[in-house]
Amino acid sequence: MSEDKKTQIFIKKEWCKSCGICFAFCPKEVLQPDELGKAVVVHPDKCIGCKICELHCPDFVITVEKEENNENGQEKASSR
Amino acid sequence: MSVVEKYLRVNKMPHIWCPGCGNGIVLGAFIRAIDKLGYSKEETVVVSGIGCSSRASGYLDFNTLHTTHGRALAFATGIKVTRPELKVFVIMGDGDATAIGGNHFIHAARRNIDITAIVFNNSIYGMTGGQYSPLTPPGSKATTAPYGTLEKPFNIPELAKAAGATYVARGTSYHAKMLSDLIYKGAQNKGFSMIEAITQCPISFGRRNKMGSGADMLKWQKDISITVKAAGKLPPEKLEGKLIIGEIYNSEAPEFTEQYAELVERISPKRGEG
Repeated sequence: MSEDKKTQIFIKKEWCKSCGICFAFCPKEVLQPDELGKAVVVHPDKCIGCKICELHCPDFVITVEKEENNENGQEKASSR
Repeated sequence: MSVVEKYLRVNKMPHIWCPGCGNGIVLGAFIRAIDKLGYSKEETVVVSGIGCSSRASGYLDFNTLHTTHGRALAFATGIKVTRPELKVFVIMGDGDATAIGGNHFIHAARRNIDITAIVFNNSIYGMTGGQYSPLTPPGSKATTAPYGTLEKPFNIPELAKAAGATYVARGTSYHAKMLSDLIYKGAQNKGFSMIEAITQCPISFGRRNKMGSGADMLKWQKDISITVKAAGKLPPEKLEGKLIIGEIYNSEAPEFTEQYAELVERISPKRGEG
């Protein structure tokens, strides 16, 4: 993960039904189940922003937002 | 706020669909397509029938109509004919669209009315307890087929095409991005568009057929799918048991509401005449 593209992962835990699809498909093991099987972000730095989890979450729990640093080093949320 | 949440009735969340059910994935793909199309909530109408998938209309913050079993397309036809400027989408399940609503399905396609129908195909009647549907793969077990179903399922893209639909596509919940693109394209087609969305039912279908969790069923979709382009290069015997995904058919034909408007124009008495 390069420094200029950070991602932020938002989890709406109260909508999560512990189906396990997100952590089964995350290519970088960013997400892991907690003791109830709900998604938690354990390695946010490993996220490559592929959005597989967001696209495949049946319960609209996960949102991945990319933040792009411009040349001046200011963070700016990319348009989605 | 995520793009999906913008179009959801968030007070109705979490939805009733089971853990691992693919309906939410298809609904997400649908919402992303609408967002990309830029349709306003006011000009968009979503009509659904009865079944698990048809609950979608209740969760969407558009003009929505939850109708009787199999009749979603009939209600949608009424809306489109009276208000042709509206963008009309229909969400149906496999049983809803092809069993009780089979006639409405073929006749909406035959008229080539400008409606985009999304058929959530989970291979089973999930809500009523797992009876087999006209799209249940042969040999699969269901509560009404404890030894496996003997019936050959419909190939609904071919059915829609033969009946007269002008845009026909198939996607899966595994290929969520592609599914969203197919819905996006289908919505822009001037005529009847049918997008079959293969989705997983781990509870009523998968469990009885030992297919594992929702995630396992998504992997199964990935394994059996083949794109239209790749399928074109293979001999038919190698396509046995494969699911062809992508844009299957796209053509142009006169659209019903336009023809209807022309007819009204032609037979209406002109101003100043008798």
